[in-house]
Amino acid sequence: MSAGANHQGGVAVEVRGLRKSFGRHEVLKGIDFLVEPGEVFVIMGPSGSGKSVLLKHIVGLERPDEGEILISGEPIHAPEVMARYRMALVFQSGALLNSLTVGENVGLYLSEHRLKPPAEISRIVSEKLEVVGLKGTERKMPNELSGGMKKRVAIARALVIEPHLILYDEPTSELDPLSAVVIGEEILKLKERIHVTSLVVSHDRDLAFGVADRIAVIDDGRILAVGTPDEVRQRPEPIIRKFLTADFNPNHKTRL
Amino acid sequence: MFQNIGEMVLLAWRTLLALPLTWRQRQKVFDQFFEIGNASLLMVCVLSFFIGGVLALQTGPVLVESGLASTVGGLVGISMAKELAPVMMAILIAGRVGSAMTAEIGSMQVYQEIDALRTMNINPIHYLVLPRMVAIALALPMLVLFAILVGWLGGALVSFANERIYIPIAVFFANLRSVVELDDVANGVFKSFCFALIVGVVSCHQGLVTIGGPRGIGRSVTKAVVNSIVLIVIFDYILTNVLMVFNS
Ligand SMILES: Nc1ncnc2c1ncn2[C@@H]1O[C@H](COP(=O)(O)OP(=O)(O)OP(=O)(O)O)[C@@H](O)[C@H]1O
Ligand SMILES: [Mg+2]
Repeated sequence: MSAGANHQGGVAVEVRGLRKSFGRHEVLKGIDFLVEPGEVFVIMGPSGSGKSVLLKHIVGLERPDEGEILISGEPIHAPEVMARYRMALVFQSGALLNSLTVGENVGLYLSEHRLKPPAEISRIVSEKLEVVGLKGTERKMPNELSGGMKKRVAIARALVIEPHLILYDEPTSELDPLSAVVIGEEILKLKERIHVTSLVVSHDRDLAFGVADRIAVIDDGRILAVGTPDEVRQRPEPIIRKFLTADFNPNHKTRL
Repeated sequence: MFQNIGEMVLLAWRTLLALPLTWRQRQKVFDQFFEIGNASLLMVCVLSFFIGGVLALQTGPVLVESGLASTVGGLVGISMAKELAPVMMAILIAGRVGSAMTAEIGSMQVYQEIDALRTMNINPIHYLVLPRMVAIALALPMLVLFAILVGWLGGALVSFANERIYIPIAVFFANLRSVVELDDVANGVFKSFCFALIVGVVSCHQGLVTIGGPRGIGRSVTKAVVNSIVLIVIFDYILTNVLMVFNS
């Protein structure tokens, strides 16, 4: 496995007919979409619509009941795929290893796979922590951090992997507006610098419309619409309109 | 409780296949090893001292009254080495160390830390299970060896201090040495190695299959300890049988 500073950009992700049930609860009811290499693809949808479950399928943590997921045309459960393409998932909860320091968490991929000497690793770690605005927090433990800080450490941990495909599960849900903008810009910078393919799950309309090449709206395990931000904005379906334009209503009459 | 046996055998097999990676994970093995020692050394001391002592106390007076004073040392020596130290220490370790392993791995499972490892292409068996298994498989036999010695000492001191037994310590150990052979001690240490594997596999497996939140972790820990103890006792019987065939 190479450390791959010079890999040739992102991978295509194709999801075909994906279905998944937990017990009798069908969460994904047939999902199809194609993400082009180097694209920023944003998935929006109400809470509980199956977005996190979808991301877990794409990194191979869950197995589909039906359908398949192809990374650059190869099914993800083929063993070579995991070895050839690096993927990183920024978990909704961060999922930092609580027994390791922030620095060890961020450098874990490099140190476990012996990709770089320790001095080099600590240099990369502090560089990536600086990117997410957490310079000098290497020695802190995850439980000393706020939710938003954990999320940013998780993003730094994903950046270290220099992935071909990076998936963000609600990257800005716990961030203040300024940090959210910084993360959004980082998503774009990453795309320009290494042409990584990004899949972003988010409720954050500003982020979604700010970074997306294309947006998919998912509800109740189905994709309602896919298109460029402008196309999605023009869609007439009431569910989508409500979701995209909901705002505080002084008469408290907003309904889900 | 036995529906998981297949999964546990598979986990043991995968850990065995990963054994060549131990050197890479040596730092984690050391950490776990010292943690086990730290957590249990004092308790091993206390427990084995009193087990040896109570053995002497229960059997000593009867044996002395029947004119068999010279057998007390051998009796304490053999039972401690072949049976009590391995089984009791394994049970202690299941409660003290196995439960902690399950709790730690279980909470990593519940809080998606293990999923995070998988997405980084880090095999949780190499990263979590292997170091724990190697550490416990090294630590428990050592602890048992130590427990045997402390148990003998406990038996000797009680035999000397109790006026109904009153066997001088040197005599106690002379008797012990005339009965207990190195094989008997090796026998107990070997058993404890097997018990260590049982505790390690059961605890790590229970941790990995934890579902739900904090309550799920609690459930897993209880299961791990109970299953470990049941398996230790069953395997104790089986191993004793097997070792008898070998020794005769
Ligand atoms: N491991 C699981 N076992 C059973 N049900 C699950 C599991 N994971 C998810 N679900 C169910 O799947 C549905 C979708 O969950 P998911 O986490 O994907 O929602 P989401 O779209 O990410 O929502 P949010 O925006 O709140 O994060 C939920 O109803 C959830 O209860
Ligand atoms: Mg989610």
